[in-house]
Amino acid sequence: MAKHAITLNVNGQKMDVAVDSRELLVHTLRERLRLTGAHIGCETSHCGCCTVDIDGASVKSCTVLAAQCDGAEILTVEGLAGADGLDPVQEGFFQEHGLQCGFCTTGMMVRAWRLLRENPNPSEEEIRQGMAGNLCRCTGYQNIVRAVQYASAKMREDQTAATE
Amino acid sequence: MIPGNFEYHAAQSVDEVISLLAEHGENGKLLAGGHSLLPMMKLRFAEPAHLIDINRIADLRGIREEGNNIVIGPMTTENALIESDLLARRCPILPEVARMIADPQVRNRGTIGGDALHGDPGNDHPAVLMALEAEFIIRNGKGERREPANGFYIGPYLTKLAEDDLVTAIRIPLPADGHGHAYAKFKRKTGDYATAATCCLLEMDGDSCRRARLTLTNVGPTPLRAEDAEDLLTGKTIDAGLIEQAAQAAMSICEPSGDLRGSPEYKTHMAGEMTRRAIKTALERARGA
Repeated sequence: MAKHAITLNVNGQKMDVAVDSRELLVHTLRERLRLTGAHIGCETSHCGCCTVDIDGASVKSCTVLAAQCDGAEILTVEGLAGADGLDPVQEGFFQEHGLQCGFCTTGMMVRAWRLLRENPNPSEEEIRQGMAGNLCRCTGYQNIVRAVQYASAKMREDQTAATE
Repeated sequence: MIPGNFEYHAAQSVDEVISLLAEHGENGKLLAGGHSLLPMMKLRFAEPAHLIDINRIADLRGIREEGNNIVIGPMTTENALIESDLLARRCPILPEVARMIADPQVRNRGTIGGDALHGDPGNDHPAVLMALEAEFIIRNGKGERREPANGFYIGPYLTKLAEDDLVTAIRIPLPADGHGHAYAKFKRKTGDYATAATCCLLEMDGDSCRRARLTLTNVGPTPLRAEDAEDLLTGKTIDAGLIEQAAQAAMSICEPSGDLRGSPEYKTHMAGEMTRRAIKTALERARGA
């Protein structure tokens, strides 16, 4: 089977890569581009550990072919922190103890990042609904919700400070 | 888990899909959102030699009003159904059911066409499209035809679609103003298929029911239309006694198989309860409108 030459824009960086037809995006990211932040959990699109952002939407990268992503803008957890430090979402998980074993955390954070762009000030219920595609086997959901609330408050604070 | 080998085709237009299907239909599969097909391919339940990706074709997406119909592109995602102002105003049952399917990430990829045309009796859109009396606009190399959703589902993963068919649109007659709607779904957890679910659409003349549609999900080899239950409601004032009779009539057509979601008896019982809830909610909404 022929390889497909595709271009991915990952975390703001253009990457040319040759992929197999049957290659799933999560494998391209982890094995070819060495971005191991997206984790392989259930491999059946249930657990959300492989969540990345593709063209402005949260997607489970275990259930998308890399060949489908030619030209796509992709954000992985490696792209969250900026030059001036952690993203508010990362800071929230750190401050609120939003992780235990850490396996689900990268998917949780990339999903939370998008959720807060879709809805900058979500209620607790909206956070739970918005994060419903991410499972935590340590069942640390209370603190994960608090981490997202922390990030939401921080982002709104930063925005107010920026406009003043 | 990685799917078996296949040739990947990124189709750019409807015409290209039609010719690819004419050539490879027998050994090929259309790739919509992929959230049913790719997991099946990983498990080797499906091993197409050719995968025809139709995600890049803009003509197959979108929601519009056209005369007395709502026309929905089969590649319209579940989240696009949820966000549609047109559907919120004119056909609110579709965003309601979409919200109960899978989770946010999956709803970004999963499409109404993928859900409705896969033939999985656990999928939620088929029963809703039957209640709405939707029809599928289908093209292949020989031309175009229409298939009503009622009668489209023949058995598990078996529909009236042939190997070389492409559904280009789903056409739904505009539901009457002020109709009542409800999709009551019982599931074990987020993202699960229904243990049992009922769709109810009601049109009322004052207190009297002018038209009723009741359809059931995942309690048979195909979605089921509970016509006897619809007849019981039609022309009557719906009260608690009548709702109970309709629920019993709906339960009488259930033939679920037992699995991890429960025994046939349990699922049938839950279908009855979902039917009671769907009728009650649809009635309240029709009265409130």
